[in-house]
Amino acid sequence: MSLTPHDLSRYSRHLALGELGITGQEKLKAARVLVVGAGGLGSPALLYLAAAGVGTIGIVEFDRVDISNLQRQVLFDSAQIGQSKAHAAAHRLQALNPTLNIQIHEVELQASNVMTIIGDYDLVLDGTDQFAARYLINDACVLLRKSLVSAAIHRFEGQLFTYVPNLGPCYRCLFPASPAENSIPNCAQAGVLGVLPGVMGSLQATEAIKLIAGIGEPLIGRLMTYDALSMNFSEFKFSARSDCAVCGLNPSIIAPQDGSNRCDSKQADTISINQLHALLETDRRNTLLIDVREQYEFSAGHIEGAVNIPLSDLSHTSIAADEFSSVVFICRSGGRSAHACQWFKSHSQVKTLNAAGGMLAWQQAIDPSVLVV
Amino acid sequence: MHPIQKDSVNPPATLLSLQLQYFAIFREQAGKRSEVLLSSATTAAELYAELQQRYGFELTTSQTKAAINNEFCDWDRQLKSGDAVAFIPPVAGG
Repeated sequence: MSLTPHDLSRYSRHLALGELGITGQEKLKAARVLVVGAGGLGSPALLYLAAAGVGTIGIVEFDRVDISNLQRQVLFDSAQIGQSKAHAAAHRLQALNPTLNIQIHEVELQASNVMTIIGDYDLVLDGTDQFAARYLINDACVLLRKSLVSAAIHRFEGQLFTYVPNLGPCYRCLFPASPAENSIPNCAQAGVLGVLPGVMGSLQATEAIKLIAGIGEPLIGRLMTYDALSMNFSEFKFSARSDCAVCGLNPSIIAPQDGSNRCDSKQADTISINQLHALLETDRRNTLLIDVREQYEFSAGHIEGAVNIPLSDLSHTSIAADEFSSVVFICRSGGRSAHACQWFKSHSQVKTLNAAGGMLAWQQAIDPSVLVV
Repeated sequence: MHPIQKDSVNPPATLLSLQLQYFAIFREQAGKRSEVLLSSATTAAELYAELQQRYGFELTTSQTKAAINNEFCDWDRQLKSGDAVAFIPPVAGG
């Protein structure tokens, strides 16, 4: 795709790089890149891809901007709290580089839509925060023969690798089985250094630009780790497995599958926030309300009478649930409490309910004065 | 006949000196980034089992990985004294 006079000015510092030059910039202009998750990783990745002139950028994101995102998600500003992240992100990228084609996919990636969405792009950046989504994206990329740049973060540490079809191993070659979703704490539970995804998302954009322009050595068959505390990058080599379930010689995965532990409140029996309110008004004595958020979140604000058992403590806390007629789990927005319901179901006969929408819904519908962090 | 029949004598249990490195959740559960450990483990799997006992690591061997001298390995990989062994779990934050 040829460059306009405007492009020559805008990308002059790229054009000055012999390795990139006009040919590389034209490839960037013609490229179609999908970024899944406009969060901590997606923010810098999207900003740099847009600044670099990637012609078509897709954004998969269905969440809304929350005040707690702003510590690391540099795509958004305070005035956008409550707005659709996908729209806010598209607005920001379009302002940065008006000639780009920005596509938004305001949906949760699932087995039923992943092939159609990814099928439209050349390259995928994974910046999601769920194992199930990571396996789903990996499998779809392998099946559709799309390149994938995958990053993930935890507290002060990041991981990064690049998959290119036929040239190296995929995510399943490295980690064949998904850990249970709640066995590894997420950002809300474990915390995360705000600048950490800034580093890792920028590395993802770097890999993407290299792959598109066909320069340098991609991070194929190498897992890079970054430790912000010791300021240390390491690299661990890994190979494609002939017995890999999706890219191996006899693959058992021939179509994308939804993970059994998807963060999906539909899998648990739910109670609406208004029903929960009514239940607490009429039968509080027989209702056990368990708030599975972390202690710092609970301390900031909670429903009166709720007991706090963080999700990670649930397995080693004994709960006399059969003394109550209703047991309800609640968290911030309904994800962790859905896991709590699932876990409880496999360890107890007592039927539990998941409070749909969590404390955010409670704050919106019942008590605007409660502080939800 | 020789008083000591070689085949019937077990070799003394030799301890390997290993340089261990912990990542992410392992780092938090072990309470440290790295350590030097003397271990009687002969494979990566035996070493991981020993550390599970010691630090309560919950992930199974199919859910995590070990790397020896900066290369991911299978769990039946034999250990040598002086090996640098890193335990790296998947992380999912975004």
